[in-house]
Amino acid sequence: MMNPEEKKAFEKQIHAYIGKEFGPALVGQDDVNQAMVRQWCEVMGDANPAYTDTEWAATSSRGGTIAPPSMLHIWVMQGYPMAFIKPDDPPVDRQRELHQIFDKYGYKGVVATNCTTEFFTEAKPGDSIQSHSTFDTISDEKATGIGTGYFIETVTNFTNQDGEKLGRMVFRVLKFIPTAQPAAAEESSGGAMSKDPTRLAPALGHDNKWWWDAVNNDDKVLIQRCKSCETLRHPPRPMCHKCQSLEWDSIESTMDGTVNSFCVICYPEIPGYSYPLVGAVIELAEGTRLVSNVVDVDPDDMVIGMKVKGTVEQVDEVTKLPQFRPVKS
Amino acid sequence: MVANFGGKSAIVGIGATEFSKNSGRSELQLACEAVVAALKDCGLKPDDVDGMVSFTMDSTDEIEIARTVGLGELNFYACTPHGGGAATGLLHQAAMAVSTGAAEAVVCYRSLNGRSGQRYSDGVSGDLITSDLIHWGWHMPYGLLTPASWVAMFTQRYNHLTGCGKDNMFEVARQTRDMAVNNPAAFFYEKPLDREQYDKAKTIVAPLDLFDCCQESDGAAACIVTTPERAKDLKQEGALILGVGQAAGVDQEVMTSFYRDELAAIPSMDIAAQQVYAQTGLCADDIDAGVIYDAFTSIVFWQLESWGFCKPGEAKDFVMNDNLSLKGRLPCNTHGGQLSEAYIHGMNGVNEGVRLVRGTSTNQPEKDVNNVLVTSGVGVPTGGMILGKMK
Ligand SMILES: [Zn+2]
Repeated sequence: MMNPEEKKAFEKQIHAYIGKEFGPALVGQDDVNQAMVRQWCEVMGDANPAYTDTEWAATSSRGGTIAPPSMLHIWVMQGYPMAFIKPDDPPVDRQRELHQIFDKYGYKGVVATNCTTEFFTEAKPGDSIQSHSTFDTISDEKATGIGTGYFIETVTNFTNQDGEKLGRMVFRVLKFIPTAQPAAAEESSGGAMSKDPTRLAPALGHDNKWWWDAVNNDDKVLIQRCKSCETLRHPPRPMCHKCQSLEWDSIESTMDGTVNSFCVICYPEIPGYSYPLVGAVIELAEGTRLVSNVVDVDPDDMVIGMKVKGTVEQVDEVTKLPQFRPVKS
Repeated sequence: MVANFGGKSAIVGIGATEFSKNSGRSELQLACEAVVAALKDCGLKPDDVDGMVSFTMDSTDEIEIARTVGLGELNFYACTPHGGGAATGLLHQAAMAVSTGAAEAVVCYRSLNGRSGQRYSDGVSGDLITSDLIHWGWHMPYGLLTPASWVAMFTQRYNHLTGCGKDNMFEVARQTRDMAVNNPAAFFYEKPLDREQYDKAKTIVAPLDLFDCCQESDGAAACIVTTPERAKDLKQEGALILGVGQAAGVDQEVMTSFYRDELAAIPSMDIAAQQVYAQTGLCADDIDAGVIYDAFTSIVFWQLESWGFCKPGEAKDFVMNDNLSLKGRLPCNTHGGQLSEAYIHGMNGVNEGVRLVRGTSTNQPEKDVNNVLVTSGVGVPTGGMILGKMK
């Protein structure tokens, strides 16, 4: 974790990239050609004769075949050798350079989040395509379901040999600190997530992140407490509903509880969960309630009023949750 | 015609947070601070507030603010669409509510981290952290992902406290299905339900089995409201809205109000009933038929109690002896309800209420139908309405 000074310096460093170019314009290694168009259309299952049927296309309003517009960015791709670039290799361009800065500070994950392309003019066989990319925006730090990070938005303009504008692509990636699963979120795996489906993660914001941090980092279940009138509250919220104070701290729950109500979830079966699954409202000894699961219990043995004891547990590869078990009497 | 509420309401308090480029706190907190500031400005207390109005674009639900600040029961809430175009629209809603007595003190609010959070310049994207999203995060990781799972939690405890069980729940399912059997518009037209089928169906979330749950349907329903004067010139006999109310209870959540003293209760529907009975001067004895929101069999029990058709805890007995059927005390969901006609979020039920008043239901009771109760979904802020014949 960076201290505020370090973070400031880091953000200054990354924000300096805004408005800059990746480097010199990229020029397609091959001119637009019928062979690559045909292969692309075969793979995509696109049978539009405007792309591949030269005879038909000659009679069309274009007077010849055109390249599929959505191939635009493909002409300037650097091809197969890309796959062999190692994380520490000297950067080939400023984009790689920026990503390496993020990596250095732990923001090793990368995932593409949005891509929007506008098309202005069609490319046709014989055209030489050039692309010219700049960093458009870098967001402030955001908490997301997969980790905390920064959205980087780049704009790429495509032109042909005559300088005619063909299209414009806005591409957005999140460079992030993977929450619990660094291996799977590494750049080399293309941002792929866990192999096995996992439980749905809570969205994190100002009002609840501290609570989940205590679960994830310290295996603790906290209960928010008003600093002014000491009323306990859960789920957490920013203001005391008794005295309207905004000042709060928290206490650690003993996790001694009683089942106030429960249900046995059978259908539909959502990937990441195992069924039948007992959901329960637990009345904690401290007086607040917590929704959780009761595990290691036959659903038929569940009764309201049952005493339970909870701990924070790793329930799947990436998820930590409070879970409760019946207390043997 | 000219609106008749001019001069019948006033703005008495104002409040705001500081304005910045990075508030460092949630939109929920900003909203709460501004609301408390406005209350302080006018000297009202949090539980004096009974109405709230905001923008459809606001990320913070009114009930999140209500339970966070500790506001009272809400009788009126509304959202106005179209971004900044909503601004005076909020006052329009509030003025109507106050001038008609639908609410006494209405808070209008808007809260946004428009620079540090979701920027308008970002265009539309999916990374908005709303209070609603945070709320679901307290339940989803544990597998409580569907309405059936939330309602099962209430049902389990209600059954535990009252002795209600599958015999009683089946009666709701069966009597509702019998209505659909006669309704060509219903999904279960000509398909009655017997106990064997009911018991054999798969469990969705115990104690709710398949036929305790409504369908998933495609469709739409709409209705037109105008003045009684204009209604007289129109083709159909109107159904007069004798009374209608909205209600959110204290510490209300969307479907998961598990944190109040007794979770096996729907105080919001109790409030709606009190309001509507007070507005109309009617009581349960005056109601001739009902369209009771039936997304699940069990939620019908609580509503029968809220509206006074039986004492608390006794709905399980009320539904026996065919009391929801055509010849029973309260012919109910004569269209087949959402269990057996279609699930159109209760709007198909509003239309059935109108048909009952007109006398045109496919299951029209033989008795004179003067007053029909129509209710909204429960577990969420809810409401109810009584329709009657034109005077
Ligand atoms: Zn307090």
